[in-house]
Amino acid sequence: MIARGAAALAALLLLATVPLWVANGFYVNIVSQILIYAILALSLNVLVGYGGLVSLGHAGLLGVAAYAVAWLLSRGAGQLESAAVALVLTLAVSAIYAVLSLRATGIGFLMITLSLGQILWGTAYRWISLTNGDNGISVPARPMPFGLSLASATGFYYFTLIVFLMAIASMTLFVRSPLGTSLRGARDQARRMAALGFNVWLIRFLAFLFSGFWSGVSGLLYCYYQQFVSPQMMALPASAEALLMVISGGTGTLLGPVAGAALVVVMKNVASAYIERWNLVLGAIFVAIIIFMPEGLVPGSTRLWRWAFGQIGRPPPAPAAAKEPAP
Amino acid sequence: MIALELKALDKSFGGLRVTRGINFEVPAGERRLIIGPNGAGKTTLFNLITGEIRADAGAIRLFEREITGMAAWRRTHLGLARTYQIITLFPRDTLLHNVTLALLGLSPLRWNPLLPLRSQAALRESAERALARVGLDHLGNRPLAETSYGERRRVEIAMALAQSPKLLLLDEPFAGLSLEERREVQKLLASIPRDVTIVMIEHDMDVALDFAERITLLHFGEVIVEGTRSEVVNDKRTREVYLGE
Repeated sequence: MIARGAAALAALLLLATVPLWVANGFYVNIVSQILIYAILALSLNVLVGYGGLVSLGHAGLLGVAAYAVAWLLSRGAGQLESAAVALVLTLAVSAIYAVLSLRATGIGFLMITLSLGQILWGTAYRWISLTNGDNGISVPARPMPFGLSLASATGFYYFTLIVFLMAIASMTLFVRSPLGTSLRGARDQARRMAALGFNVWLIRFLAFLFSGFWSGVSGLLYCYYQQFVSPQMMALPASAEALLMVISGGTGTLLGPVAGAALVVVMKNVASAYIERWNLVLGAIFVAIIIFMPEGLVPGSTRLWRWAFGQIGRPPPAPAAAKEPAP
Repeated sequence: MIALELKALDKSFGGLRVTRGINFEVPAGERRLIIGPNGAGKTTLFNLITGEIRADAGAIRLFEREITGMAAWRRTHLGLARTYQIITLFPRDTLLHNVTLALLGLSPLRWNPLLPLRSQAALRESAERALARVGLDHLGNRPLAETSYGERRRVEIAMALAQSPKLLLLDEPFAGLSLEERREVQKLLASIPRDVTIVMIEHDMDVALDFAERITLLHFGEVIVEGTRSEVVNDKRTREVYLGE
């Protein structure tokens, strides 16, 4: 417990000082991108990791928030009202997503979310009078919360970091709460949970709204970061990328999606500058993760770490301690 | 007061009729045994009563309240609890967590998205008491996957009892237990107060007959014999289709 607290504090210190030891604004922006995608991946992880519901349409929810705020800002609406309306709209779309997709689980759920994501993408691409089609919508300026400018890479990074920490804190609370516990129960034994008195559908619906809300928040950040939105941000590859972030990092963990987001964003933005076929490398990395750490980077690294300690004389922890049991 | 009433209950899976116009009543407080050969439709009948599958026709009343079209989770809130023939628990979690889930299912706290579940001392104490009732309090922090089959059977019963049910459905609670474990479960069932009505499916006639006040014999989804222990055991049809004499 103390070790865990110390690690969290070290990570917080590291994140808080990024602009101090990363002098180049480009790399500060990369870390901001990692945090934005980490929020998206964390929101997806609520469904995939804790709910056992694999969605392939979450970029659509990110897109709804981003398009809504961009559209409103481009028409002169205020920053705060635009953000609030965008989040409410994303929640409404999430509710529609949930009502339609929760008619099924497994492959059925995945296919329905994929279809809904494609409908949103198609709407952004084809409803040109509203969305400006492939040309997208430009956003005149970033918001200035409490009068603080987010125009610089450093200013925007700290804003994103605060939102990211709020996302992590809310998800930590959620997964440890009775509702989060119920969601995990519904993932493991839906039939049993219903027999115990849980309304499994409603638990999943509420989890979907929670997930949709944070996808919307990541959409707002994305829009502020790029100051431009286009249909590509909500296309199928974007949803698949978010899912890969969750799976590669480790489903059902809070750090896994963050690690997955870092991997994908770094490969896309940094490695692509040096390696022409960076997609091939990213694919190879995913294959390696699946082979050597099928549980994902974070839980897999933890396992290897413990195994390594076992090899040099310290006994590996008992399975019961490896996964902290619930009360 | 009638605890459970089934009227002309029908269920088919495709062309296979698994229950055929089942009628029976279980008065409150009674210990009822349901017997029948494999495939007679006993577990399907339980699934129909709990709402895990929906009946094609007929009616189910729980304490004189119509529940035929009601969702499974709502029936649990009316005082219905069950155990499963195939143990259906949460193997990665501890015994305490399994029982806590049973308690949480009936608590308004289950909707809370903020408070840590670990901080709910009252819930934990109730779960510990439920485990103590089945003699497993010393294993509370052990993951279920590291317990024996007999212990898991008792966890199932602890979870059902933790919900303070008015009607308890036990699906083969003695299956797979050693002689000693059977005696323990037998004692446990005997200690359940009379305000709980119990309907039990069981093949082990030695323990089941001791327990039952009335017996219903199912065959091909139909009730073919019903009555007291001696009436059912001495019935020619019971010996033909079930006791194999």
